[in-house]
Amino acid sequence: MNKLKGINKRSWLSTPYLIWIIGFTVIPMAVIFRYALSSPEGGFTLANVAAIADPVHLKAVIFSLEIAVGCTLICILLSYPLVLALRRLNLGKRGFALFVLILPMWMNFILRVLAWQMILSNNGILNLLLQKIGLEPVALANSGVAIMIGVVYDYLPYMVLPIFNAVSEIDEDIIDAAKDLGAGGFTIFRKIIFPLSVPGLLSGIVMVFVPSMTSFVISDILGGGKLQLIGNIIEQEFTKSMNWYLGSGLSVSLMIFVLISMAFTMRNDMEGKGSAIW
Amino acid sequence: MVEKLKNLISRCYLGLILLFLYAPILVLIVLSFNNSRSRVQWGGFTLDWYSRLFSNRQIMEALSTTLTLAFSSALIATVIGVLGALGIHAMRRKNYQLVMVCTNIPLLNADIVTGIALMLWFVNFMPLGYGSVLLAHITFNIPYVILSVMPKIRQMNLSLYEAARDLGANAVYAFFKIILPQLAGGIVAGFFMAFTMSMDDFVITYFTKGAGVNTLSTMIYGEIRKGIKPEMYALSTIIFVFVFLVLLAVNYLPDRKGKAKKERVKG
Repeated sequence: MNKLKGINKRSWLSTPYLIWIIGFTVIPMAVIFRYALSSPEGGFTLANVAAIADPVHLKAVIFSLEIAVGCTLICILLSYPLVLALRRLNLGKRGFALFVLILPMWMNFILRVLAWQMILSNNGILNLLLQKIGLEPVALANSGVAIMIGVVYDYLPYMVLPIFNAVSEIDEDIIDAAKDLGAGGFTIFRKIIFPLSVPGLLSGIVMVFVPSMTSFVISDILGGGKLQLIGNIIEQEFTKSMNWYLGSGLSVSLMIFVLISMAFTMRNDMEGKGSAIW
Repeated sequence: MVEKLKNLISRCYLGLILLFLYAPILVLIVLSFNNSRSRVQWGGFTLDWYSRLFSNRQIMEALSTTLTLAFSSALIATVIGVLGALGIHAMRRKNYQLVMVCTNIPLLNADIVTGIALMLWFVNFMPLGYGSVLLAHITFNIPYVILSVMPKIRQMNLSLYEAARDLGANAVYAFFKIILPQLAGGIVAGFFMAFTMSMDDFVITYFTKGAGVNTLSTMIYGEIRKGIKPEMYALSTIIFVFVFLVLLAVNYLPDRKGKAKKERVKG
């Protein structure tokens, strides 16, 4: 055992990280729970957490869920044909997919959302183009549809990449074998590609659902301030109403969705995501 | 014939998705050359915004804050993360799982909750400013480093380290000569991942920054109601084109691919 010269006793190397986890992950979580569970006067209360059931908040939660479920589904429906197209066109190699999907992240996020506002506004670029080709203009500005376009735009790469990674690991021989045995394109997808892509699909759902549900910038810009997601309400509790207790309470009750997400990832490794590009 | 048709459909679909992903970017690039402060009217081609950009002190300050923040948070996160990952890997199963759950918290938690929790904690012992934003960025960057280094640690050959020690290398020397080179790919990936995330972050910065400090993101957010300065479009275009060229070089220069292949054969 002494021959191992300590390489197996190296867990002390993680000391700085453990201190960091406690100092900046565990304690902040404890602090937000403490605010959530106390009233401004200092006593214990469940009122802040229960405030999520208040009609105004509940309306925002339901709208957020609609956006998140819709966004997740649309991202899934857009991702599979894209992954299959990349595979068919043999663009899977040499990091083309990653390159194309990560690059937009380098244009500032808020500017990209603002650009969508310019595209979708009533006298914006989309309607200009529609009129040019003789179609009726559409009134998308400040609507749920505009917010949906924004979140799908922002989170689509997070759905495509894990599915793409899972699908590109499928052994070509399996698919050839299925073809030789007479399987058509749809059967191959249903019996081979889809089942083997499920781990990727699950991490995609985890990466898209919670962020699209809790975003507040996209709804702020594309919803024109009238349509509120639960993120907008929490943000206003901190920046406008200055009710930290209520804001923390609402955040904590949101964490139920985060916990569901975590349960998903427990069975599904998140490691190595995104490292292929660099 | 059917194959050709399928290829055509695939190509069209890919084209549509790319249009969707790049349309807003195209709009921003076009606006950076627009000789009009209006966002909807084309006032002719100009390079004015590019020349004015460098004399705009506010924007230059926000740019330098953003870059130094991204660089230092990525660097510190990489050091803590790599050591952390090496240590965690050696832990017993129970502890390993517990630490990995904690590692996933900032990754899976809603940004708004992470930002608020950090802010509520920071106000107890420090003024909100550059320091608090740096701590926050390191916090959400470390998981990216750990997740990209961990698979490399699993593949690492520990016997090489032991052999080096047996041949008389001390622990530090063997660490730099044997361990680090084996992890290099994961470390570099983790660092750049962290850098990208820090550059792109808005929500966590917004809640932890306090008054007086601005990154490009928070500055742009503050300008939404007044109207974005066109210099900002120019700056974003420069950053975008720069990263585009770097990524192009990194991913497609034939030289690097050849080298990588040789290394694989050797390894």
